[in-house]
Amino acid sequence: MRWLRKNLVVIAGLLTLAYMILPNAVVMVFSFNRPNGRFNYSWQRFSTDAWKDPCGVADLCRSLTLSLQLAAWATLGAVLLGTMIAFALVRYRFRARGAINSLIFLPMAMPEVVMAASLLTLFLNMGVQLGFLTVLIAHIMFCLSFVVTAVKARIMSMDPRLEEAARDLYAGPAQTFLRVTLPIAAPGIAAGGLLAFALSFDDFIITNFNAGPSTVTFPMFVWGSAQRGTPVQINVIGTAMFVLAVLIVVTGQLIANRRKKTATA
Amino acid sequence: MSATPTTEAPPVDGPVPRRPATRRRLVPYWLLLPGIVWLLVFFALPMVYQASTSVQTGSLEQGFQVTWHFRTYWDAFQEYWPQFVRSLLYAGTATLLCLLLGYPLAYLIAFKAGRWRNLLLVLVIAPFFTSFLIRTLAWKTILADDSLVVDALGALHVLDVTSWLGWTEGDRVLATPMAVVCGLTYNFLPFMILPLYTSLERIDTRLHEAAQDLYASPATTFRKVTFPLSMPGVVSGTLLTFIPASGDYVNAELLGSTDTKMVGNVIQSQFLRVLDYPTAAALSFILMAIVLFMVTVYIRKAGTEDLV
Amino acid sequence: MTDTTTGGDVRLTGISKTYGSFTAVHPLDLTVPQGSFFALLGASGCGKTTTLRMIAGLEDPSTGSVFLGDTDVTDLPPYKRPVNTVFQSYALFPHMDISENIAFGLRRRGIKSVKKQVDDMLELVQLGDKATHKPHQLSGGQQQRVAVARALINHPQVLLLDEPLGALDLKLRRQMQLELKRIQTEVGITFVHVTHDQEEAMTMADQVAVMNGGRVEQLGAPADLYENPRTTFVANFLGTSNLIEADVLDTGADVLVTAGGGRLRVPADRCPSAVRKGGKLLVGVRPEKISLAHADDAGEIGADRNRVTGRIADSSFIGVSTQYVVNSPAGAELQVYEQNVERRAGLLPGTEVVLHWNPAHTFGLDADQDIDAGVETVEDSL
Repeated sequence: MRWLRKNLVVIAGLLTLAYMILPNAVVMVFSFNRPNGRFNYSWQRFSTDAWKDPCGVADLCRSLTLSLQLAAWATLGAVLLGTMIAFALVRYRFRARGAINSLIFLPMAMPEVVMAASLLTLFLNMGVQLGFLTVLIAHIMFCLSFVVTAVKARIMSMDPRLEEAARDLYAGPAQTFLRVTLPIAAPGIAAGGLLAFALSFDDFIITNFNAGPSTVTFPMFVWGSAQRGTPVQINVIGTAMFVLAVLIVVTGQLIANRRKKTATA
Repeated sequence: MSATPTTEAPPVDGPVPRRPATRRRLVPYWLLLPGIVWLLVFFALPMVYQASTSVQTGSLEQGFQVTWHFRTYWDAFQEYWPQFVRSLLYAGTATLLCLLLGYPLAYLIAFKAGRWRNLLLVLVIAPFFTSFLIRTLAWKTILADDSLVVDALGALHVLDVTSWLGWTEGDRVLATPMAVVCGLTYNFLPFMILPLYTSLERIDTRLHEAAQDLYASPATTFRKVTFPLSMPGVVSGTLLTFIPASGDYVNAELLGSTDTKMVGNVIQSQFLRVLDYPTAAALSFILMAIVLFMVTVYIRKAGTEDLV
Repeated sequence: MTDTTTGGDVRLTGISKTYGSFTAVHPLDLTVPQGSFFALLGASGCGKTTTLRMIAGLEDPSTGSVFLGDTDVTDLPPYKRPVNTVFQSYALFPHMDISENIAFGLRRRGIKSVKKQVDDMLELVQLGDKATHKPHQLSGGQQQRVAVARALINHPQVLLLDEPLGALDLKLRRQMQLELKRIQTEVGITFVHVTHDQEEAMTMADQVAVMNGGRVEQLGAPADLYENPRTTFVANFLGTSNLIEADVLDTGADVLVTAGGGRLRVPADRCPSAVRKGGKLLVGVRPEKISLAHADDAGEIGADRNRVTGRIADSSFIGVSTQYVVNSPAGAELQVYEQNVERRAGLLPGTEVVLHWNPAHTFGLDADQDIDAGVETVEDSL
């Protein structure tokens, strides 16, 4: 009983973790399923067919490529614009700072469906053809605020004396930025970029509103298949991405640990 | 001594003030320009268009005109108020559940995990990389009739209670409010855990020792020290959970039924299927107003009473 | 000190800095002779760091000019000035290793072959084996030496040091003071050193400018400042002074004053020129110049000595000396430091004593000043 009381937090925490991991486990297990009907919701029998032919469903891999391209461009755009804003906010004094801060905060405090619907009214009113570009515009818009927040935090924790030291040591403004500011701000920019990539890649609601009929991203494909029939291949893709992400993080961690060890030795 | 210590000796012709070059003062504006213009054109301007659309009348064939038809708001609200109530209720419940479930895990990672800390963090974030739609579909399997989970809940008579409360129907969980709330909670849990973890991790563990040294029991220590210090995480976590949950329509669509539709579902179908733009715009505007109002009140309250 | 073969002196003329309505540095003229070790000493917020940053070019002066020799560098950005800085907490680039940090300045000036110079520099600061380490792997003292090397490798005309030893513990600080002094003597470059530690300033510098409230209070060699403070701020900030308010009875070769019923003599050349009969004067004497005698032995004190009677309020033994606090009619809490040559019994709190000293060690200050200016309070003591 005492043991239970002492470890209550641990038990509760691990239960939550189980709740969070359970669907991933299901996705993984069902990637080896051979369903009877069109829907992959109940277990029938073991099969590796889907793993042998992940692109075997029409349009699935095309939608995946489209999503990756979209996320890459959206990340680039959001990182570029967001980093500039973050530097201006931390390093300079200017008018209307409060208004600009609100403009950056609001997209994060807005239900996605509101942004999605209002952006669609803009495009409809302007007579813009919906397609890859309209989706890209939307993705950059909602990723921007998150990048600003991530980069701003990093720049704020950066010692301004480092840049002064560079200027004192004969580095002009451009050199100072390239050799000192950018390398030190890099982790923040990388974090913002990673977040933007993940948000864009996984976005459904805004994409659903602002995509044309030919711009089927991966989430749109999954949504469509939930209506028409879910191929096992989407579980394969989901599992592969999950495993890949964990592997990347774990190897990154291992490399960092080893580097730390050799450095102190 | 060649040094001359004159403390107050302005130059002969008076102080000459120096001014920084105007070019340098324009730098922040150039840095802000592209990003801010992007937000103004693709975030703020659409809000204006939406406001204007919401007071238009007409039809798809003949086009829409601004007629200041504010009745749309009243009609929309009257017809869809159950969906509004459901949205707020489901999102509120999910947020509360996220807090209750997420806090122990964030606490565990911050204070008790030791060398497992990084692994646990990876496990919290990793599900992100499987598309959330695929993961939501997995709940269809988990909560399917006669699935292990549902059978267990039935055997424990949990379903009797939830059915009596109206959360589930008979021995079904799928296509009930409970399934939708369960999906919402699951989908937004990481957005609760990460801010909670960040603010818990910042707490100096010596504060716990100090509190216990000053006669506080573990429970009192948590109530008087740990929880108040984690308030920034609680506030941003609840906001990051509630705001997207209130506008979500994916969980209600995939896990719910026609009786669990939320306002997001209505906006989506009005906009993309019925093509009744004024009603959709008005609904979207009402949702925005409600959320912004609640967020403002919440931040005020949390900021002035609980945070200090 | 008057060598003018290269560069020349640092000259500040009418230089000042204001931020909005706050004046950090009042218009100030200052010349730092070439090759000297010059200290700007003062409490935090006195304007010393702002002055230093204006020399470095990191702060634009509101008025006035900065000259290096005969060249006006006021409008040159920091990266075009032959001046380098050792920053407070060092500001070593965390993403570069030690040799990259040290080579930074040379590389920015387009010098390709830097290895030899970097190695020599590492040798000078005794860090030859740390070239490939990252800054965070070094101790505070080592980081400090890298910061010095990174600046010195550029052979600046002036090296500016902003509280370079502030982050080190006491023992290491003493060690680095000697080390910096050795390096300065070796390279012969002008050092301008900003510090709030009066002991540090006095050990290292040839000349010290004491700053307070954005102005230079007094400038001179350390011994001169200590022996002949001209303001209460300098008297209290540099070491400890006993300051006694007194009325002037007579002037002459010695100024005769009275305080708390007793009579004291002050050499006229150590008094402000404005002193006159019937006026007021602050009489100062350093604690270590004072001797203590039991009230019973008062007769044995020479007649030519200044004397003040009082009662011991407190005494603390600190090894080399014993410090007494004496309350007297002339002034409360007078400090007396007595060398522990031989242990003296009987000087316990409550004992009636006579304080006596050679009148030549007495100085006089203008009585219109705040008598407690520059006294270290608990918050700002180390």
